[in-house]
Amino acid sequence: MIVTFYIAALVAVCSTFLAITRRSAVHALLYLVVSLLSIALIFLLLGAPFVAALEVIIYAGAIMVLFIFVIMTLAMGSKTRGGQDDNFSGPAWIGPAFLAAILMIELIYVAAGAPIQQDQVVQIPPKAVAVALLGPYLLGVELASLLLLSALVGAYHLAYHLGLRRPGGEEKSEVLE
Amino acid sequence: MNFPIPFEQTMVLAAVLFCLGLAGVLVRRDAIFVLLSLEIMLNAAGLAFIGAGARWQQTDGQVMFLFILGVAAAEVSIGLALVLWLFHWHRTVDIDRASSLRG
Repeated sequence: MIVTFYIAALVAVCSTFLAITRRSAVHALLYLVVSLLSIALIFLLLGAPFVAALEVIIYAGAIMVLFIFVIMTLAMGSKTRGGQDDNFSGPAWIGPAFLAAILMIELIYVAAGAPIQQDQVVQIPPKAVAVALLGPYLLGVELASLLLLSALVGAYHLAYHLGLRRPGGEEKSEVLE
Repeated sequence: MNFPIPFEQTMVLAAVLFCLGLAGVLVRRDAIFVLLSLEIMLNAAGLAFIGAGARWQQTDGQVMFLFILGVAAAEVSIGLALVLWLFHWHRTVDIDRASSLRG
């Protein structure tokens, strides 16, 4: 049990270190997804399966897709430093795939579950989390929804004005109406 | 209590991940990498909350992680919109180019 935690922690630290030292943003994203998956596995080991699923779905899914969307929109990759686009040069998938394979083996080992003393880890079920979330933390939920709404309005504002202006600094005079 | 994963080691892992993210924020000058490192730091804070929640077997840690998730989603959407804005004006994502305020 403790060994699986150590392996997942090692994978998390290694992939995070590799993520912040890559030159290409796409390669960094690959390692960061592995890092998030390993942290999700640690959440599962800590007895928080609901949060582990949310980590995979929202962090490694939605937020990373947002990053990929922006990187592909800018189409810059490593051009900020090097000059040539080396996003797709070389087998960059081998490192993340190797680390993800370690996590996969570990997940199968945990999901098989035979050698684990399940009674030692107190699993906190999603129902308890939901009851706490909509009970004493109701004000926090409302504040979080307000924060997300303001983020939506802010992002819309930025994107709207981005569409009205020309690149290079000069402002277009006409307004789309 | 014979808890299988020691609380201190979870905290150490969270601290290491947080420091890696902090180093990424301080060292990298690419705005995309700065946002990535911020995500790492928020994630490490969430790991600390989950570890504490597992240590005392309360749901509060997971609730706080959900709030961190909302903050991270809001932060990354605004941040990436600002990155698009920066690239639109300066043709680069080097955040040192955006070192002065206007207004």
